[in-house]
Amino acid sequence: MSATALSSSALPGLDSTRFAAHLSQRATLPAWWLETKKAAWNQFLALPLPSRTDENWRFSNLKGLDLEGFDLPEDAPKDIPNHSSFPQTAELVFSNRQLVARSTVPADLAAKGVIFAPLDEALRDHGDLVKQYFQKHPAHLGSAKFVALNTALSASGGFLYVPAGVEVALPFVIQHTLSGANVATFPHTIVVLGPRAKATVVEFFLSGGAATERQLAAGVNDLHAAEGAQLTYVGAQHWSRETLAFQVNSIAVERDARVLALNLHLGGRQSRHESHSRLLGPGAHSEMLALTVASGDREFDQRTLQTHIAPNTTSNLLYKNALLDTAKTIFSGLIIVEPDAQKTDAYQKNRNLMLSDTAEAHSLPGLEIQANDVKCSHGSTSARIDAEQEFYLQARGIAPVEARRLLVSAFFEEVLNKLDDEALHAALTALIASQFKK
Amino acid sequence: MTPPTDTLAAPEALLDDPSTAVENPTVGIDQTAGNFTYDVKYEFDAGSGLNEDVIRYISNVKKEASWILDFRLKAYQTFLAKPMPTHWATKDLENIDFNKIRYYLSQGTKPKRTWDEVPDDIKKTFERLGIPEQERKFLAGVEAQFDSEAAYSNVKDIVAKQGVIFCNSTEALREHPELFKKWFGKVIPTGDNKFSALNSAVFSGGSFIYVPKGVKVAMPLQAYFRINAENFGQFERTLIIADEGAEVTYMEGCTAPKFSTSTLHSAVVELVALKGAKIQYITVQNWANNVFNLVTKRAIAMEDAEVKWIDCNIGSRLTMKYPGVILKGKRARGEVISIALANDGQHQDTGAKMVHAADDTTSVIVAKSISVGQGRSTYRGVVHIPKHLKGCKNNTECDALLINTNSRTDTYPAIVVRGDTHAVQHEASVSKVSEDMIFYMQQRGLTEAQAMSLAVNGFVNDLVRQFPMEYSVELKRLIDLEMEGSVG
Repeated sequence: MSATALSSSALPGLDSTRFAAHLSQRATLPAWWLETKKAAWNQFLALPLPSRTDENWRFSNLKGLDLEGFDLPEDAPKDIPNHSSFPQTAELVFSNRQLVARSTVPADLAAKGVIFAPLDEALRDHGDLVKQYFQKHPAHLGSAKFVALNTALSASGGFLYVPAGVEVALPFVIQHTLSGANVATFPHTIVVLGPRAKATVVEFFLSGGAATERQLAAGVNDLHAAEGAQLTYVGAQHWSRETLAFQVNSIAVERDARVLALNLHLGGRQSRHESHSRLLGPGAHSEMLALTVASGDREFDQRTLQTHIAPNTTSNLLYKNALLDTAKTIFSGLIIVEPDAQKTDAYQKNRNLMLSDTAEAHSLPGLEIQANDVKCSHGSTSARIDAEQEFYLQARGIAPVEARRLLVSAFFEEVLNKLDDEALHAALTALIASQFKK
Repeated sequence: MTPPTDTLAAPEALLDDPSTAVENPTVGIDQTAGNFTYDVKYEFDAGSGLNEDVIRYISNVKKEASWILDFRLKAYQTFLAKPMPTHWATKDLENIDFNKIRYYLSQGTKPKRTWDEVPDDIKKTFERLGIPEQERKFLAGVEAQFDSEAAYSNVKDIVAKQGVIFCNSTEALREHPELFKKWFGKVIPTGDNKFSALNSAVFSGGSFIYVPKGVKVAMPLQAYFRINAENFGQFERTLIIADEGAEVTYMEGCTAPKFSTSTLHSAVVELVALKGAKIQYITVQNWANNVFNLVTKRAIAMEDAEVKWIDCNIGSRLTMKYPGVILKGKRARGEVISIALANDGQHQDTGAKMVHAADDTTSVIVAKSISVGQGRSTYRGVVHIPKHLKGCKNNTECDALLINTNSRTDTYPAIVVRGDTHAVQHEASVSKVSEDMIFYMQQRGLTEAQAMSLAVNGFVNDLVRQFPMEYSVELKRLIDLEMEGSVG
């Protein structure tokens, strides 16, 4: 810990003066939003940092949760990485919390009522709609303090609204880039699909400039799928090697709706990802997927919750980690079946592929079942590449390095091929492959 | 300290009411075999509540060496300093009133070697539980603990001649300190948890066993733990050492009458399997369902040693017990087989702990639980494979069966693996008895109740078969589920 600050008010960066300045720049936004931000700032100050006895933070590196010395970035560099080379409906590009590029929604979709805008713009133009869905179902996985910080200081992020019955084939893309040393970003994205609507959202979290700069990112998103809606959400994280990152996702699935959320984790020094799905109506389905390439001395901390509230709901979780070098991963998942959620079918699986003798995988797959007519199971495996498969490939003349690469990509393919969009699939495959070229 | 003698007597067989024989109207589980009590006069009584004087009293009655008293007093401070683990465990723990508990009750510290010498009031309890009969039939040695001390302890000559030591903790620390002091409190340190600290402060009774090099004890040794007095806390301490190449099977059973107030049982059990040794430890826990059963059990397994815990929890109000094995030597093997049955008002919070600490070590956990009525069963497990080990394997399976709509089950495993040469696998499932299965059996003329009973027995059958014959019969009787409420 640095000795520069003795209390949160003495922080050189994110202090109450900085918050007041942030707020005054947003004076034209709705009053409820400004009040929400003020309350969140006070909550952030009041909440303690996670402690050793906090079960939601078991095995996490608590010493790494050092928020001191970060500040909001001032400039917005335009020279930033870009991975969204696949066909898309529209795009929002944020650099250091500012919108630097956007492509607008095609006129036919706009005419049907599709809204895709930066969060601040949406607050101004569609305030009541945003208010209705903003943190409607907050995630309960331990990061309340960091969610409060996000709410207080959020400036970037997207708002997507797809009205009833509208189906959009190509993805909506939101990119967040952070450049510079000791800078922080707090993106918040809200996605609302009306009844029977269909859409795909891809969100990138990237560091620009030198890959070694110390950065802080605390992101939140709210995903809502109304009755019969179908939402695909992809979040791809490739922060700098020295980033402390939090991302808290809330997923609400109504009757007969289906949400597929796939999160790709590649960067950061210590990155925590929380994802909480709620199955709210009969026939709802949540597909929770994640791929992590844990290299170097990074720590990836993933916490999930599948809450089955209504009967006849299904969920399926598959989190795959490939561990290299001295990396550490934590997977802690819980399925809760509430007393009324009879006929639940829930599954949860964590697979850790150990590619180094010094990597460390923690797995805490949990179940809390309060209804009896259910099918619930979980599985967790931690093992190296199957020696027989490796031998099989080598016996056919494939070099050991290449055989290993093939088997690792096959390990990820099980998750990636759940995506229908082939161009998106290819872009993510390329992003993962870039991690193994070094 | 003067014992409050007027509170000692419990009315004879007051609780032995056949109308309470069925605990659950839909699914009958026989938890009533131990639900009786006879009037007993205690010679030593430390009164209610816990303080340093109580600890000195216990140590004095036992005429202990001064290092043991020091160990106890230090442990008491640790107990006071440790918080209740309610940040992860059930809040029900807060209902334990340590001031109401009686920490020591006995008729003397010297166990009898023949049943004839055992005082009648105690003997009839054990006769009713069938202990002397079992001893004649298939046991190598028996220790029968009544509240704080063993009333009876005997090893068959044939086993004693092999050099096997089987006695209680008081005798062992007095007569064989050179053997037991080395491992006492080493597998489970005093400060392991709040209840291991409590046990270390007030322990009394339990078995100390030493099996010399190469000796294979053919028949099981058995201990039977009986709580007789109301508001009593039983804190037995067991240490089993199997020297190189030795083999031993130990079985324990436990019952208590059902009082209106709660009772505490908090044991510490340490097993030491030296090079190539094998220890099998079998528990059938059938405490009355007002007993808090908070037990710490752990083994250390050296090179090529094998430790197997077979743990069956049927009774108690709350059980928290996670038998563990520290796999300290190369190729050591640890296994936990766990069966839990939680009925109305019961919470079975059980599981296993496997700590790999050497190359090529293997561990297996198989846990099955059944939740009936509003019963709650919880599996909690730890599998730990820390740095720079090679070739470790773990396989964990937990299956939960839910009988009624309001039954509850939880699973909380924690798995830590470091390195790329290990294979670790965990699987858990939750289900109810399939309707197809019941329908199939009803087609063939079974009633729904019989079909359900058969299905539930089938669920645990592969584990029950691993018990020694005599115990598996006992267990089947205990878990005999009958949907029409009659006890089989």
